[in-house]
Amino acid sequence: MGERRVWVWTEIASDAPHRLSLELFTPARALGRAEAVVLGLTSEQALEQLGEFGAQLVHYAADPIYAQFLVEPHVATLTSLIESERPDLLLFPSTPTARDVLARLVGQLGRGAIANAVALDYDTSGRLLATVPCGADALATVTLEGPLPHLVQLRPKAYAAEAVGGQTEVCLVDLPVAETSCRVRVIETVEQSAAGPNLEEATVIVAGGRGLGRAENFRLLEELANTLGGAVGASRAVVDAGWVPYRYQVGQTGRTVKPTLYIACGISGAIQHVAGMRGSRYVIAINTDPDAPIFELADLGVVGDALTIVPKLTERIRAR
Amino acid sequence: MKICVCVKHVPDPNLPVQVDLDTRRLVRDPAHCILDPGDEYGVETALRLVEAHGGEVVVVSMGPPAAEDALRRAMAMGADRAILVSDEALAGSDVLATARALAAAIRPEQPDLVLCATESTDAYTGLLPGALAALLDLPQLTFARTVAVEGNIVTVQRATETGYQLVQAALPALVTVTASVGEPRYPSFKGLMAAKRKPLITRGLAVLGVELREVGERGARERVLEVREVRQVKQGRIVVEDGTGSSIEEILAFLRSIQMV
Ligand SMILES: Cc1cc2nc3c(=O)[nH]c(=O)nc-3n(C[C@H](O)[C@H](O)[C@H](O)COP(=O)(O)OP(=O)(O)OC[C@H]3O[C@@H](n4cnc5c(N)ncnc54)[C@H](O)[C@@H]3O)c2cc1C
Ligand SMILES: Nc1ncnc2c1ncn2[C@@H]1O[C@H](COP(=O)(O)O)[C@@H](O)[C@H]1O
Repeated sequence: MGERRVWVWTEIASDAPHRLSLELFTPARALGRAEAVVLGLTSEQALEQLGEFGAQLVHYAADPIYAQFLVEPHVATLTSLIESERPDLLLFPSTPTARDVLARLVGQLGRGAIANAVALDYDTSGRLLATVPCGADALATVTLEGPLPHLVQLRPKAYAAEAVGGQTEVCLVDLPVAETSCRVRVIETVEQSAAGPNLEEATVIVAGGRGLGRAENFRLLEELANTLGGAVGASRAVVDAGWVPYRYQVGQTGRTVKPTLYIACGISGAIQHVAGMRGSRYVIAINTDPDAPIFELADLGVVGDALTIVPKLTERIRAR
Repeated sequence: MKICVCVKHVPDPNLPVQVDLDTRRLVRDPAHCILDPGDEYGVETALRLVEAHGGEVVVVSMGPPAAEDALRRAMAMGADRAILVSDEALAGSDVLATARALAAAIRPEQPDLVLCATESTDAYTGLLPGALAALLDLPQLTFARTVAVEGNIVTVQRATETGYQLVQAALPALVTVTASVGEPRYPSFKGLMAAKRKPLITRGLAVLGVELREVGERGARERVLEVREVRQVKQGRIVVEDGTGSSIEEILAFLRSIQMV
């Protein structure tokens, strides 16, 4: 058996490879020969960047049709590519479009798939091993049976993107897209202003929960975050209450973050919240309830009122 | 217009998740299971469309006999009838096997629209709807913030990472909805009473013509090899603010120790 061929479903966002796709070249390189699949028009720089992250080959379909119709053309092309090229493993990032394509591929090919993986490996007998969270307190090791390729979707930040420097070969995919697969038409694409925190990239996150009492008190977190050069995050309880927009939300149904420091203020530490921040290097929790579960993962837990502690802390740091 | 809504009976998300380390499956005590809160948005969307255009709402679930509870709840909200796909051989089904069973139940209904939630609260793979769409050969419109039907065209505002897209397809189609489609209604007392008498049929695999080797443990491609507990309790330092601001000095000392200030 030759080297395993590991394909990365590569999405392009504003003419650059999506950061969640770039992360997947790290496991792809470790497990075999990394190759990228790009369906839709993009720039030469974007293709070159894939080489820098370790793609040895890019299967590239330079056709605008992939932006005009959703999912089915992508699945049809991917199915033909799989049949002719026979890759061993396909990796998908946790983006909406990748999920759509993967889900339909499961039905189309009659294959199993693993979603939400946080780590991937093969055992000595060549069996695929994926680690998947199972509730808040357990990890499952899962494998796939049946014909190749195996299909796996990885959680954000499961691996760090690494530019390793390299050049890629581009293999143009020239498969006609059948009209019958052009059923879901994109009428309009609207970008909404992306103002707000960039939680994924922040090294410090100051996050607030219902314990802050009301929306106005988030200002206190912003001031602390500013002094520490960080961003503000939130629990779903306060997003649901309309105090801050959805893009602030950390957790199972929000962002997955891995900052160096996470300061949780007035957050109880529900499993769904913890799912999005347990990868933080250090955690400070401020909560009035000494039994709050968030203290279980705090390096420093402060039992007290966040509304008085946070502004005083900001003041002290500024005074330095 | 006939709408099939896929709903799932899931462990109450407000209770801690339990995994049976021996069988390596989620513990689903039927007494602590409810209609998936995410699926209420699918039911609500279907009810609103049928109120506007006429038609029928059929709720469909695959699960053990206790899943009838979730279907009754959906009928209490207003769905007209229910199909429960239930068979002992279905235990241990993965996404593909579940999609095959649901497809077999939905296909003869020939619905105009199939609705699912974006992801289930217990499994949250979000893979079932797309697999089902492929098996039923329906176009899939996903992550809907709004769903509108005009004539035989369905138009959806599809949430993206940076905004949204307006996407369109001809019926029949499958749509997955998000919580933005609108607050689900709460069943009225009358609705709760009526739901007890609404028709619910249970379909086993033989009736559906699904091959045993395609479903359940045997049909599953995904195998759980091991489940291990990772409840890591950090033995961090806990301090109590006593009103003197002592805890602030503690925080500063900690920030210094990790070179944050
Ligand atoms: C399917 C599903 C998905 C979910 N996804 C997410 C998700 O992605 N992210 C998420 O966050 N949640 C999610 N949740 C919700 C989650 O279960 C919790 O309900 C939520 O995280 C609670 O938010 P909270 O900690 O702000 O509020 P609460 O649980 O109400 O906690 C408030 C805390 O503040 C403390 N407090 C009160 N006053 C003060 C004060 N003055 N100073 C300091 N502390 C104070 C209290 O002691 C308490 O511990 C999800 C739930 C479900 C069912
Ligand atoms: N066993 C099931 N019975 C009926 N519908 C289901 C079932 N499993 C999943 N679904 C539907 O598919 C959606 C996504 O589920 P999942 O792929 O498990 O995250 C759910 O919200 C339901 O609408």
